[in-house]
Amino acid sequence: MQGYTGVLPSGEAIHYVDRKRYLWLLSVLYPLQPLVGIFLHARTGNEAWLLLPLAIGYVAAPLLDWLLGEDRNNPPEAVVLQLDADRYYRYLTYAVVPLHFLGLIAAAWWAGTAELSWWAFAGLAAVAGIASGLGINTGHELGHKKPRLERTLAKIVLAVPAYGHFWIEHNRGHHRDVATPDDPASARMGESIYRFARREIPGAFRRAWAIEKDRLERRGRSAWHPDNEILQSMSISVALQLGLVAWQGWSMIPFLAIHNVFAWWQLTSANYIEHYGLLRQKDANGRYERCEPHHSWNSNHVFSNLVLFHLERHSDHHAHPLRRYQSLRHFEDLPTLPNGYFGSYLLAYLPWLWYRVMDPKLLALPHVQGNLDRINVEPSAREHIERRYGNGSRPETAG
Amino acid sequence: MTAFRCPECGYVYDESAGDEHEGYSPGTPFEQLPDDFSCPDCAVRFKEDFRPADR
Repeated sequence: MQGYTGVLPSGEAIHYVDRKRYLWLLSVLYPLQPLVGIFLHARTGNEAWLLLPLAIGYVAAPLLDWLLGEDRNNPPEAVVLQLDADRYYRYLTYAVVPLHFLGLIAAAWWAGTAELSWWAFAGLAAVAGIASGLGINTGHELGHKKPRLERTLAKIVLAVPAYGHFWIEHNRGHHRDVATPDDPASARMGESIYRFARREIPGAFRRAWAIEKDRLERRGRSAWHPDNEILQSMSISVALQLGLVAWQGWSMIPFLAIHNVFAWWQLTSANYIEHYGLLRQKDANGRYERCEPHHSWNSNHVFSNLVLFHLERHSDHHAHPLRRYQSLRHFEDLPTLPNGYFGSYLLAYLPWLWYRVMDPKLLALPHVQGNLDRINVEPSAREHIERRYGNGSRPETAG
Repeated sequence: MTAFRCPECGYVYDESAGDEHEGYSPGTPFEQLPDDFSCPDCAVRFKEDFRPADR
């Protein structure tokens, strides 16, 4: 297997082999689940196979995370430059881009031609949407990089979930404002995922548009100029989705409506769990402190990291947004989710259970220690939270 | 004309070149960038974090 040679700060020479090198292929194959369901339905005639991806995502993945546990290994810093320069890793992210288009087109074709019962039709649209939601993860990895090719591919792949504004809003808005009340993509303590979605989905779009409008104004252009990078991606979405309607007929309207909602919901789910309740403090000048590793919830669960290009090593990602997925690191004593993302989504979908598991974890973090002033609290839930947990020691305001 | 570097990701703002994509024309001094300027590549470092860079 490909290895890298480097020298540790101690002067010791090392040879590092990335044991996950070929396992990253799982991130390429994972979005193809709907095709497996279609194949098994075609072979057996049993429509229930179309829902196989739900069983993989919400049963098998959390179980595998629980069984296989965590991987806390980091590549040594001495080889990270070589690891980043190894083009194999980025070719994997390029390879997923056409597969996302293939997955949606194949699912639309099957929904349009296989004469499914209503629940199988809706189920296929939902699992296709969940797979396209993974396209936001692919676009996320690509959109953070400097090379023009990767940014172009990000815009293209984000057309599949029809979420072209994501990389503008995420890179220039969310990363700047993360873990503050100003960020529509950072969830607050006591805010359910359903309430969060109503703030996050429109808020992210508005912020993306404002950022892109400002940039175009500086260039003396209208917000509707073809240089608008949101519109570039969205125009591919419009062509793709209108093309599917023209090809497969009116049944594509409900199919795509369900598909789009489920795709967007994947990002809402990830955003909800990634920064729940975490808050950056303001310094003496009224500016927020830098985003530190303890301003993101992290997960080292090996299975779900391998199917999500290491997205769950989220603390290192926010501290160093351009770091490539193969080089992201685990740190000790980080805010840690109880399972990988897929299991954590399930918790989030049941708000009472989510609060029960996560609120005590949040309050117990070393930099919080029960102090609600160090938590991003949903204002309308504050009274209820104070009644339930008190307000810690409140060191700054005590006395 | 000087250049300024983002200490996080290495992005360089070169005053003589400006940054066309971001809408800063060639010759725009770093001083004249907006006060809320954040790094166009990583967005997690701000105007006051940038340091003079050797080109």
